[in-house]
Amino acid sequence: MLVINCPYCGERDQSEFSNGGEAHVARPKNPETLDDKKWSEYVFIRLNPKGIFNERWVHTHGCRKWFNAIRNTSTDEILKVYKLNEEPPSIGEFDTTLKTPSGEPDLGSGNFTVKK
Amino acid sequence: MWRSPEPKKSYDIIIIGGGGHGLGTAYYLAKEHKLKNIAVIEKGWLGSGNTGRNTTIIRSNYLWNESVYLYDHALKIWENLSNELNYNVMFSQRGVLNLAHNEHDVKEIKRRMSANRLNGIDSKWINTQEIKKLVPIMNTDNLRYPVLGASYQPRGGVARHDAVAWGFAMRADEMGVDIIQNCEVKNIITKSGKVTGVETDKGIISGEKVGVVASGHSSILAKTAGIKLPLQSRPLQALVSEPIKPVINTVVMSNAVHAYVSQSDKGELVIGAGTDGYNSFTQRGGYDVIEDTVRAIVELYPIFGKMKMLRQWGGIVDICPDASPIISKCEINGLYFNCGWGTGGFKATPGSANVFAYTIANDDPHPINAPFNLNRFVTGKLIDEHGAAAVAH
Repeated sequence: MLVINCPYCGERDQSEFSNGGEAHVARPKNPETLDDKKWSEYVFIRLNPKGIFNERWVHTHGCRKWFNAIRNTSTDEILKVYKLNEEPPSIGEFDTTLKTPSGEPDLGSGNFTVKK
Repeated sequence: MWRSPEPKKSYDIIIIGGGGHGLGTAYYLAKEHKLKNIAVIEKGWLGSGNTGRNTTIIRSNYLWNESVYLYDHALKIWENLSNELNYNVMFSQRGVLNLAHNEHDVKEIKRRMSANRLNGIDSKWINTQEIKKLVPIMNTDNLRYPVLGASYQPRGGVARHDAVAWGFAMRADEMGVDIIQNCEVKNIITKSGKVTGVETDKGIISGEKVGVVASGHSSILAKTAGIKLPLQSRPLQALVSEPIKPVINTVVMSNAVHAYVSQSDKGELVIGAGTDGYNSFTQRGGYDVIEDTVRAIVELYPIFGKMKMLRQWGGIVDICPDASPIISKCEINGLYFNCGWGTGGFKATPGSANVFAYTIANDDPHPINAPFNLNRFVTGKLIDEHGAAAVAH
């Protein structure tokens, strides 16, 4: 299980938290002027990167506060945790090379039989 | 079994993803649409993704007409698939039970069962005594969420996942489909609104039409062609126990306590856990998710309390907002998607492959998959199957 460093409570098990998906999705300013396609993008389309991901968490079974995190979805490593009123760090700060969680080959978890 | 050719410079049709859905698509393109010059490109080995990582449950008791047409189309093909492929996919119609543990479950499941019956699906409601007869080892009353009844689909069952990939692969290969393993597609190449090929580990392969059947990685590939898909990739875990003598000869699923179990022909219990609550591509999930499932399993089946679990694994599933798949054309000519199966794609393998092949061959969806288009997220005509999907999305 992941350990998440809540900016208010410190390190806790991930099962105390709920994930809120992509962070910094702004509600369109004038929704009545949007066509259906643009509105659909706001409602349904979220980033789903393999690698650096900017996401929201809420400490459901703790302080119940929301905050943001930068996590590498290819390793589940949490690289940075920051409060809602803080500026998001630039993605450029982080190593974007794709890795596997324990450095194993990237095909099949724990599989060493495939040679490229 | 099948050849392992080096990729040619160009193909008429390229299928990205050598799982059951992708290989099946190539098979039906060659068999039903008499097309030649087809390649299936797989980054690992055949069936190394979610085809080899699921709990192999097959059923068609979905709520909405659109879904029933799709999943029952698949189930009808399953019923004759071993014959058709002349390869034993070990399809076993041992029945599937969906348990109700509270008043809401009872109402929801009865509603779904009634909808099923209107669509000619063999769903029926069975009470606790009848469940006890089918599954004597189940603890139905002495638990926190007692078993109040279940829907039962006798035509449902399980099949051997690898055999499905291998069967389709062999027959597709015999008809001249090139199956290229250990070759990852990095980019989909497009030119003025039309697909022209793919960039792979083994160089650029040009193609007139490209079908993406890459489950958890579909949205990553789509992005290289400038297409945004409404998908989120999450780990879904499953586990198997040590093998024991036959104790359960049907498939039992419970959405409410999140436990589903069947027994493989080797005697292992095959147990499906839930998805983790966050996006990930790690092919593993949190231990707490397994713990939740095992806790529910042990309460439902006290005799499993002292069993040992042998293996556990995770696959990356592509979750769609309405818990229904996307089998669709897109804005780019010649580019097709078969994705968004989320936590329940295995059951649909042959049906999905069949209608996807039709869509690619005719550049127009089959009536069965027409409602599962990408445009439904713009029009709002969603096919909400959160209730019928076994794993909460």
